[in-house]
Amino acid sequence: MTTSKKLRIGFIPLVDAAALIVAIDKGFAAEEGLDVELVREVSWSNVRDKLNIGLFDAAHLLAPVAIASNLGIGHVRVPIIAPFNLGLNGNAITVTNALKNALEDKAEGDLTDPKMSAKALAAIVAERKRKGQPPLNFGMTFPFSTHNYQLRFWMASAGVDPDEDVQMVVLPPPFMVESIVNGHVDAFCVGAPWNSVAVDLGIAHILHFVSEILQRAAEKVLALRTTWAAENPESVAALVRAHKKAADFIEDEANREESCRIISAPNRLNVEPEITRRTLDGRLKVSPDGNYRESERYLMVGRRGAARPDRTQASWLYAQMVRWGQAPLSNDLLMAARETFRPDIYDEVLGAGDLPPQGEPEDGVGAFDGPEFDPFDLEKHLATWKVRRR
Amino acid sequence: MQRDASLKIVIVDDSSVRAAILEEGLRDAGHLQVIRIEGTENLLERIYAIDPDVILIDLENPSRDVLEQMFRVSRAVKRPIAMFVDQSDSASIAAAVDAGVSSYIVDGLKKDRIKHILDISISRFNAFSRISTELEQTKSALEERKVIDRAKGILMKRKGLTEEQAYALLRTSAQNEKKKIADIAQSIITAAELLK
Repeated sequence: MTTSKKLRIGFIPLVDAAALIVAIDKGFAAEEGLDVELVREVSWSNVRDKLNIGLFDAAHLLAPVAIASNLGIGHVRVPIIAPFNLGLNGNAITVTNALKNALEDKAEGDLTDPKMSAKALAAIVAERKRKGQPPLNFGMTFPFSTHNYQLRFWMASAGVDPDEDVQMVVLPPPFMVESIVNGHVDAFCVGAPWNSVAVDLGIAHILHFVSEILQRAAEKVLALRTTWAAENPESVAALVRAHKKAADFIEDEANREESCRIISAPNRLNVEPEITRRTLDGRLKVSPDGNYRESERYLMVGRRGAARPDRTQASWLYAQMVRWGQAPLSNDLLMAARETFRPDIYDEVLGAGDLPPQGEPEDGVGAFDGPEFDPFDLEKHLATWKVRRR
Repeated sequence: MQRDASLKIVIVDDSSVRAAILEEGLRDAGHLQVIRIEGTENLLERIYAIDPDVILIDLENPSRDVLEQMFRVSRAVKRPIAMFVDQSDSASIAAAVDAGVSSYIVDGLKKDRIKHILDISISRFNAFSRISTELEQTKSALEERKVIDRAKGILMKRKGLTEEQAYALLRTSAQNEKKKIADIAQSIITAAELLK
C-alpha cells in the first residue's frame, strides 16, 4: 500500500515518544508505505489543537487528553481514538533537597514505600499549617495528565488534599528544573529526561518512580481523529504495524544503543543519548550523591502488553477526572472514555491480542493503596477515598 | 467600537517586538486596555490579578499549558473559555493557529467582538512573520555583500585586477560552476586564509 499524501504527526520531546520516533526515523513507517513528517511541539495544548483542527493527522498525546477530548471536558469535544499505547509509566516524582531532608525527618519507615513517603508529607503539611507557612508547591505538566493524577493519588492516600493543603501548578516540562532552582516549586512529577536533569544538577532527589504508585498507568497514546481514522483505515493499520515494529525494536536490548541515538537526535529530543538510555534501561540516578534505583517497570514501551490500549486504564483515568472534579460521573461518559482506547483495531491489525504476561496486577492497575479497581463500578472506587472532590 | 474600549486584553508573548506590534494594532482598533506580560514566573497569578476578558498567547510559548489550568472548575474566578469551544468558525481558528497565535476568551463575550480581536491578531502575527523573513533576507544579503567585497579585494591584490575585473571574474566562475557568486567569494576567502 502506498499513500501519496504526507502525514504530519506532532510530538513533544519526551522519551515516551520513542515508539513514534523510531517508527519514522528507523524506516518502519516507510516500509508500510507511509510518508511521515514529525513535527516537534512545545506544549500539549498545541498538540491537541493542531490534531483537533486537522493540522496534524496523528499525535503523541497524553492519554487523559485524548479521553477529555472525546468527552468534551476542559475543552472542545473532538472525537479521538487511540489504537496504540506508546507507553506505560515512565514518570517520576522529584523533590528538592530541602523537601527530601524534611521527609527524612518525619519518616516512620522506608521512604521508597509510597505509603511512608505520603505519611511523612502529611506530617510536613500539617506542621507548615501550624506554623502559618505557605503551602508546598507541586509542579505537573497538564491538568489532564497522569502526572497530575499520580501526584494526587499518592498524597491523598495519607489525607493530604491536593486542592486545599498544597498548590498544584502546571509547568511545561522544560521549565521544571528552573522552577526548582528559583524556588517556585518544592516537587514535581514529570517524564524523562527532566527528573534526571534535576538530579544531575545536584538540586533534587527522585522520590518515586510512578510505577511505585501504580504498577500500570497508560501514559501517552498515538491519537487520531475518529473521522480521519474512519476515512483512512489503511493508514491507521500501517501506523499501528509500524509502531508495533518500533516498540519491539526498542524493547530488544541488542538495539538499545541505536534506539537511544535515534531518539536523542538534535531534531528529536536533543539530549545526550546516555540520558535516554537510563530511562529505557529503567536505571536512574536518584540522588545527587550517586544512588541508583532500578525498576523493570519504569517506562514500558511495548513489553508486558504495554502497547495494546487497555480500556481498564481508560476507566481509571476517567475515574480520576471524576474524583478531582474535572468531570461529572455518568455511565455514558464512562463508556465514551473507554471507547477512546481501541484494542479492537490493535488486535485486528496485528492479528492477536497479546495479553499481559504473568506477574501483572490482576486488576490491570496495581495501585499501592485501596482495593482492587473495578473498571465498571466507579461509585465503589470513589467511595473508597476520603479525599475527593466528588 | 465604544464598548470594546472596556475589554481587557492580555498579550503573553516572548517576542517583545511582536507583542508591541500586536498591541499597536489593537489600540488602533479602539482597544485601550491592552496589557503585555513577559516572563514565566507566577504567570497565572499575574493573569488572575489583571482579570482579563481576552488572553492572546503565541503558540511557540510553552506557557500555553499553564493557561489551561484556568479551566479548573473549582476555581472561583471568572472562567475563561477557549476560542475553540463553540467551533462555529473553524476557518478563523485554523488561520490563528497557522499564524501562531492562540486566544483564551472569557465566557459570554459576543462572537463578533472576539472575531474582530482575533482577526487583528492574525494579521499582526502574519505581518510580524513577514517582517522577520524580510529582516533575515536583508541580513543575509548584507552578509553576502561583505563576503563578495572581501573576495574582490583579495583578487585585486593577488592578480592586480581592477574592481570591475575582479567582480567579472567572480561572476564568470559562478556561472561556470553553477554556484552563487557569494559561494565562490567564500571559497576564495577560505582558500586565501589557508594559503596565508
